[in-house]
Amino acid sequence: MNAPQTPHALHFMPSAGFRARSKAVIDNPFLRQSFRGAMDFLMAKRATQFPDPEELESLRSLGERIRQYNLAKLPDLLVQLESNLTRNGINVHWAETPEEANAIILGICQKHSAKLMVKGKSMVSEEIELNHAAEAAGIGALESDMGEYIVQLAGEKPSHIIMPAIHKTKEEIARLFADKVPGVDYTDNVDELIQIGRRVLRQKFLEADIGLSGVNFAVAETGTLCLVENEGNGRMCTTVPPVHVAITGIEKIVEKLEHVPPLLSLLTRSATGQNISTYLNMISGPRKPGEKDGPTEVHLVLLDNGRTQAYADEQLRKTLQCIRCGACMNHCPVYTRIGGHAYGTTYPGPIGKIVSPHMLGLEATATMATASSLCGACGEVCPVKIPIPDLLVRLREEAFSAPRADPAMRGQGAGYSALVSALWRGWAAVYRSPALYGVATWLGSRFAWLMPANQGPWTSVRVPLKPAPRRLRDMVKDRK
Amino acid sequence: MSARDRILAKLKAGAPSTAGDIPDIAGWYARHRTPESSMDKAKRFRHFIELAHAEVHPVARGGWLGKLHEVLAARRIGSLLVAPGTAHGARAQAELPALGIACRDYGQPIESWKAAMFNDTPAALTAGRAAIAETGTLILWPDEHEPRLMSLAPPLHVVLLDSANIYNTFFEATQVEGWKDGLPTNALLISGPSKTADIQQTLAYGAHGPKELVVLMIEENV
Repeated sequence: MNAPQTPHALHFMPSAGFRARSKAVIDNPFLRQSFRGAMDFLMAKRATQFPDPEELESLRSLGERIRQYNLAKLPDLLVQLESNLTRNGINVHWAETPEEANAIILGICQKHSAKLMVKGKSMVSEEIELNHAAEAAGIGALESDMGEYIVQLAGEKPSHIIMPAIHKTKEEIARLFADKVPGVDYTDNVDELIQIGRRVLRQKFLEADIGLSGVNFAVAETGTLCLVENEGNGRMCTTVPPVHVAITGIEKIVEKLEHVPPLLSLLTRSATGQNISTYLNMISGPRKPGEKDGPTEVHLVLLDNGRTQAYADEQLRKTLQCIRCGACMNHCPVYTRIGGHAYGTTYPGPIGKIVSPHMLGLEATATMATASSLCGACGEVCPVKIPIPDLLVRLREEAFSAPRADPAMRGQGAGYSALVSALWRGWAAVYRSPALYGVATWLGSRFAWLMPANQGPWTSVRVPLKPAPRRLRDMVKDRK
Repeated sequence: MSARDRILAKLKAGAPSTAGDIPDIAGWYARHRTPESSMDKAKRFRHFIELAHAEVHPVARGGWLGKLHEVLAARRIGSLLVAPGTAHGARAQAELPALGIACRDYGQPIESWKAAMFNDTPAALTAGRAAIAETGTLILWPDEHEPRLMSLAPPLHVVLLDSANIYNTFFEATQVEGWKDGLPTNALLISGPSKTADIQQTLAYGAHGPKELVVLMIEENV
């Protein structure tokens, strides 16, 4: 195990200040209404896709088995994938860190003297903050998914992994387009707004030198990249520019093509409540001689960025089962109230809380796992049965226990406080021993007047706590 | 050591000793998806793809060209991108001009006519290789005759589908056709015209790809 390192410097939105950002959203009734409405909509849509509870349960179990089986064979499957992709004419690159991944992608851009990269939706490209790295290198990186295009125009990050602009009303988007898109007048008609985006982006697909995309499933046995989408921008990015670069986390591999249909069904039904997405785009190579379109060069970048750390621990490995449907955030009472930006991480919500600590270290993410009521909704809806609540408890332990030698996670013990730890040990001792408990409550009843009027967050919206003058055990004694 | 070797070494050190049971995909589908008659599959395919905003016209084996002309005329579309190297493309090219529809073929690689493809190609006709009843999905395998962009760039995409080629599920299609033993450079599942709900969950069609998808479904008893 490596010595703890400082978290790498991705500071587009610092993950400190989680509490302050959460409070800002809670105090904003418009944002709260946006999220509440959107999450209710998505939950209802998902529910209509799973009318038969037996089918849902057995399909989730199958999805879980597929993901666990493939994770168990991951090192072999990565080698098999690499060899089949290479046979198919796709170049495979490996990156341990976001910096390495950016360097690989920008290297490909520079080799082709690229000026413009059009991007299909890719959360991994958000994870490595590719747009900023490209900008610094003088290469334009333009998001082409409508939601991503909107948040990029607004200079923001996605607030949801499936619906990036879910925090914005159509009026806000109308003003944004009128301000930022040349020659566009204010309209809050959604069809017109989408047609504006279509017109602008179609021109960019024509001009772009590089098309970038994510990957939903990479099939080892055939050397195939599967992309799921509704808009067609993903197909544009992987078809029109002369070079296609795909980037994915190393966990998104399945051994067999037959693993794709059940996972695809779980993904689209859980994510947006669709029985299938408009497109499944399966790419098994660049343009062949004789073919008239498609990129002449295709690359795949495989990114680690903390995934190997999660992989090494039997319990934490389950984090990597995720197929990024977003159902956990749609059903999360915390996400619904604070939205995606409050978390400050690329991946928000329950999945963000369990995956981000591996990417950023617990130093930067110690409090994330505490933002949960442990209600269990995320675990119940997860299409591949990731025990998210158990993982949240585990991450709390990793973050707040005393620093250990050879920790399972970078930044273990980052939230440790000797004082808090001593207080809890004292609390546990008192509650384990009837005699100590008697003494403590006697002291409490005698010295109740010492309780301060200001008890921090408790008294911000409540009257101060004060022990009763007589203890329960005294009153019980009186009745005898 | 390269990034590749370091990643693989870490994974090998952390891997569990056994992968557990092999996922029983075929068993799950056998238990949860009952076989259907051709007629039922055609009905279900049509139901779901229409829900996704596609238009379906049942046609007789010889009668699709008339319907195609109707579809184009109704939209006042005067030109169609076709693949003369296919039987249906050749027929369209032979018969449509007399009905006032100019036919153009893909001809050159896209680099030489990208702008015309995007700005001046209102409609394209391709075949559907097969379809999936469960989700209302068309299967296309673009090739040198009917390249990838024919089903993506023109605002109207017309697909000729033989209803005899409808599978119950995606899983069944991949198994029966042996996809794992040979996939084309690009295989596509298409389930309606392109769409988005990225603005306030309001569904809008014609996001980046076709605004309309029309299926001419060949049926024996039409």
